[in-house]
Amino acid sequence: MIELRGLAKSFGANRVLAGIDLDVATGESLVVIGGSGTGKSVLLKCVLGLIEPDAGTIRLDGQDVTHIPRDAFLSRFGMLFQGGALFDSLPVWQNVAFRHLKDRVPRAEARTRAIETLARVGLPARTADLYPAELSGGMQKRAALARAIAADPQVIFFDEPTAGLDPIMAGVINKLIREAVTHLGATAITITHDMTTVRTVADRVGLLHDGLLRWIGPADDLDRSGDPYVEQFIHGRAEGPIAPLR
Amino acid sequence: MIAVSALARLGARILGLLAALGRFAAFTVHALSHALRPPFHGREIALSLLQIGWLSLPVVGLTAIFTGGALALQIYAGGNRFGAEEVVPQIVAIGMVRELGPVLVGLMIAARVTSSIAAEIATMKVTEQIDALVTLSTDPMKYLVLPRLLAATVSVPLLVAVGDVIGILGGWFVSTQTLGFVSTPYLRNTINFLEPLDIVSSLTKGAAFGVLSALMGCWFGLNSGRGAMGVGRATKSAVVAAAVAILAANMALTEAFFSR
Repeated sequence: MIELRGLAKSFGANRVLAGIDLDVATGESLVVIGGSGTGKSVLLKCVLGLIEPDAGTIRLDGQDVTHIPRDAFLSRFGMLFQGGALFDSLPVWQNVAFRHLKDRVPRAEARTRAIETLARVGLPARTADLYPAELSGGMQKRAALARAIAADPQVIFFDEPTAGLDPIMAGVINKLIREAVTHLGATAITITHDMTTVRTVADRVGLLHDGLLRWIGPADDLDRSGDPYVEQFIHGRAEGPIAPLR
Repeated sequence: MIAVSALARLGARILGLLAALGRFAAFTVHALSHALRPPFHGREIALSLLQIGWLSLPVVGLTAIFTGGALALQIYAGGNRFGAEEVVPQIVAIGMVRELGPVLVGLMIAARVTSSIAAEIATMKVTEQIDALVTLSTDPMKYLVLPRLLAATVSVPLLVAVGDVIGILGGWFVSTQTLGFVSTPYLRNTINFLEPLDIVSSLTKGAAFGVLSALMGCWFGLNSGRGAMGVGRATKSAVVAAAVAILAANMALTEAFFSR
């Protein structure tokens, strides 16, 4: 269970989060949508402790972790970063098995598990010994997804999982995310602009705009929200309450 | 009014510099404290030893041998003016061991290692690899900073020792091949002239310069700005800061060891 109350963050005069209230239940897949620069990534980084919020509280499984390390939370956590963020000094299998190797799993066993996880995301065993720079963009994304799910996390964050991918590869990644969440029974937060991702992976959707969650509701209600911000965003209209230049 | 405004700007810059120094001091203490607390990433430490120590040997050797040879030629030419050509072995030895060996190795390490550390860590930062480490329950200070710091602290004094020896041999080669010195007396004079304090000071400087080189690379890498420009600036700043810090530390250590 993730609970945010009054979460606020500014960078200088730029107010990015202006008081976010949000609950994400265990096993739920929440997708946060919103334009570029609306603070979606900052929201995730505040939850992870990578950015310290200016105000508000973050509770994970009932514990207030706003100003303390999140070791217990991170030990059962996985994340797919927008650019993959694979460690380019390590071969793919060591990226995927990073947490296993850290936890002193024997290298041979960690490698076997990494190859099994790579197979789950559709990557052949021969990619295990390649370095990330030797993979295509889509393969890097799948390897990064393999790393995110390798240790069977209970909580997974996906940051723009389909950014920069062609529609077919984006479809593959969306399907893999849905399968990973369903298969693992994990709690998931995904941030994206991609409406296909929203419709594929979301149980619930929230629209972030101007530092606030303007609308939040079940994914099935997205098309009948009645909210002008949501209407403009999901139909990609230039005219509406969301200014193109922010 | 203009004078007050200029004074205010100067004051703001000085305050900014002091604040940065304070943050760097806190970073240094934090980094060093990790040396006392497990877990340790042995594989990363071994890789850093290879990168910083072993792979720097060629550039250190080449720098030292040419410097030793040039030093012998200069001392011979200078000594010739007042009939003191015979001091070449002693001055080459003391010059290499006390000053040129540690300083030149330190500067070469700043050029080769500090730049590499800063660029690598800065790139990891801008591509979110450092955030990824955190999400994988791995402290970047332990995984990235400590291995490089330990490896530089251990390997740079060894590189300085190697540089000292090669520099002296460079001087010996030039002196015996072109200046008419006889090999055995040259080497005997070199060994007899050096004192334990010379060697201790040389190795101590090497350790200090290793620490400074690694810290500057890590600090500027972790604090880099965004994009390619941020990585470039971090790398440039790290090398400049490391070189200046090495030269300043060299003066302070020379003062500490040899002023009586």
